[in-house]
Amino acid sequence: MATQHSRAAARLMISPAVLLLLCWMLIPLGLTIYFSFLRFNLIMPSGNEMVIGVFGHGLRVPGPEDFSGWENFYWFVTDPSFQAAIINTLVLVGGVLFITVIGGTLFALLLDQPMWGQGIVRILVIAPFFVMPTVSGLVWKNMFMNPVNGIFAHLAIGLGLEPFDFFSQAPLASIIWIVSWQWLPFATLILLTALQSLDQEQLEAAEMDGANWINRFFFVMLPHLARAITVVILIQTIFLLSIFAEILVTTNGGPGTATTNLTYLIYVSSLLQFDVGMGSAGGVIAIILANIVAIFLMRMIGKNLDA
Amino acid sequence: MGRIVLEKVSKSFGETEVIPALDLTIDDGEFCVFVGPSGCGKSTLLRLIAGLEDVTNGKILIDGEDATSVPPAKRGLAMVFQSYALYPHMSVRKNIAFPLRMAKFDQAEQDKRVAQAAEVLNLTDYLDRRPGQLSGGQRQRVAIGRAIVREPAAFLFDEPLSNLDAALRVGMRLEISELHKRLTTTMVYVTHDQVEAMTMADKIVVLRAGNIEQVGSPLELYRTPRNLFVAGFIGSPKMNLINGSIAAKHNAATIGIRPEHISVSSDAGDWPGKVGVSEHLGSDTFFHVTCEGITDPITVRVGGEVDLHYGDTVFLTPASDHLHKFDDKGLRVE
Repeated sequence: MATQHSRAAARLMISPAVLLLLCWMLIPLGLTIYFSFLRFNLIMPSGNEMVIGVFGHGLRVPGPEDFSGWENFYWFVTDPSFQAAIINTLVLVGGVLFITVIGGTLFALLLDQPMWGQGIVRILVIAPFFVMPTVSGLVWKNMFMNPVNGIFAHLAIGLGLEPFDFFSQAPLASIIWIVSWQWLPFATLILLTALQSLDQEQLEAAEMDGANWINRFFFVMLPHLARAITVVILIQTIFLLSIFAEILVTTNGGPGTATTNLTYLIYVSSLLQFDVGMGSAGGVIAIILANIVAIFLMRMIGKNLDA
Repeated sequence: MGRIVLEKVSKSFGETEVIPALDLTIDDGEFCVFVGPSGCGKSTLLRLIAGLEDVTNGKILIDGEDATSVPPAKRGLAMVFQSYALYPHMSVRKNIAFPLRMAKFDQAEQDKRVAQAAEVLNLTDYLDRRPGQLSGGQRQRVAIGRAIVREPAAFLFDEPLSNLDAALRVGMRLEISELHKRLTTTMVYVTHDQVEAMTMADKIVVLRAGNIEQVGSPLELYRTPRNLFVAGFIGSPKMNLINGSIAAKHNAATIGIRPEHISVSSDAGDWPGKVGVSEHLGSDTFFHVTCEGITDPITVRVGGEVDLHYGDTVFLTPASDHLHKFDDKGLRVE
């Protein structure tokens, strides 16, 4: 039982963690918002820089004289790449979610069947999740999708077909495929454990009630999986909104802006164009977008999480 | 109609034989109870009848037709599971209507039958709730409702009362018996509780390690147990089993006498002994008496309240016409 005393002690003891977490979140957030209202370009210093830090070392930040109002936001949003980036971000997230949820469910159904070598097969299925994004991006780019050396090109030539140049003819679809390959194990794993927690008697009852396997899937298994699918969608959305490494190592956001998502556009503004102010404005927009998506998601599927 | 006949049915899981070949007939309209200690294969036998497990050898006939390889849904049987196996995301109404929906009944017919079943089972007020919002007894009734609407040839119950508390179990026992009287459909009921078996059954099948030990009406089993296992299993408290010189006096390897067939006297009788623990139930009192020459204490039932205390000396006399005799193989001798 929590007494007055133990509650006070509990508050005292969690306070360092809470404070650390707050600093961790609030300082970067505060600085990002602050920078987004400054004219702050690394190759065009305004001369008003002041140093945030100790003993003369630290971050050189423009002073309050460089306050530029909403200008960074205005230019970021009216940039022709911005609209493409938003659409690409949503297509990327939506596409990967679609493939991983459906594919993950099918894989989970398959892996739930009793079979020889089950343990090893399960580990193999989970393996892609352990490959870091840059590596998997490069492996797919150079060993599979390369129009000259890739396996797919060899297969196509073997069949007498024209090799398909994935990254120039279907760049976004290729990225979606690579990211899906990485996230499929995650979805499979969560959905498999959910499937294994299904009471077998329910399936038997449905069988006695005359449900064939399609009906058993849609009336018994799928409703049981609803909560796990919700978890998969929520967690994946958070990570997929910030896909970056796979794009950097494969297409560099191109051709044109075909694979530039919001994260990549922020990278371009702040680190390729050295415009920290503009990049920060993009960051703030990304935060707002993520929150909008989160609200929509919670509205749509959050009710599945209620016990 | 629901006459179920098992012909030489056996079941093995890999190398292990769970049920050696057995024959059994369950007549139409009968309330048949499979009873036995846990792990005796009674649930497996029920699942064989249901079609949830494949028969290794032998034939299952339902209403004279070979149903051995017929899928479960087509056998015309309905099953109530131990965990009730209700669909948690569906309302009670949808749970009960599910078999009808799968059989593609039209909506009006579905509504009619669900309303009827709900009426019979007192569930009308709960039709729009989810199973999670119901008590154990209500869930049990929903599971029965889901079985009733299909109008099956026979009901199969797999330990349906084992998840209920003692008071509710007695209530549900009556309800199921009453349902059987009303519907007069064949019911096959699996339990490990011999009280359930005795109170509900028309016919009891006692199983041990997959073998049928005895089939008969509750009173047949009570009066003339065929062997030591049935004698010890049926009846509560258990029959007193005595071997050694006392049994030899009656020309048997073992003799059995039920607690209710022993008379107690404080001055004269066959077996002198000392009163041990006594259990006072109000209507009856059970004494555990340690007698000379008998290893286990003898349980004795005495009607009403009796003034006997721990350590008192008593004399027990078995009623000779209720004495059961068994030979050295454990079989009954008359």
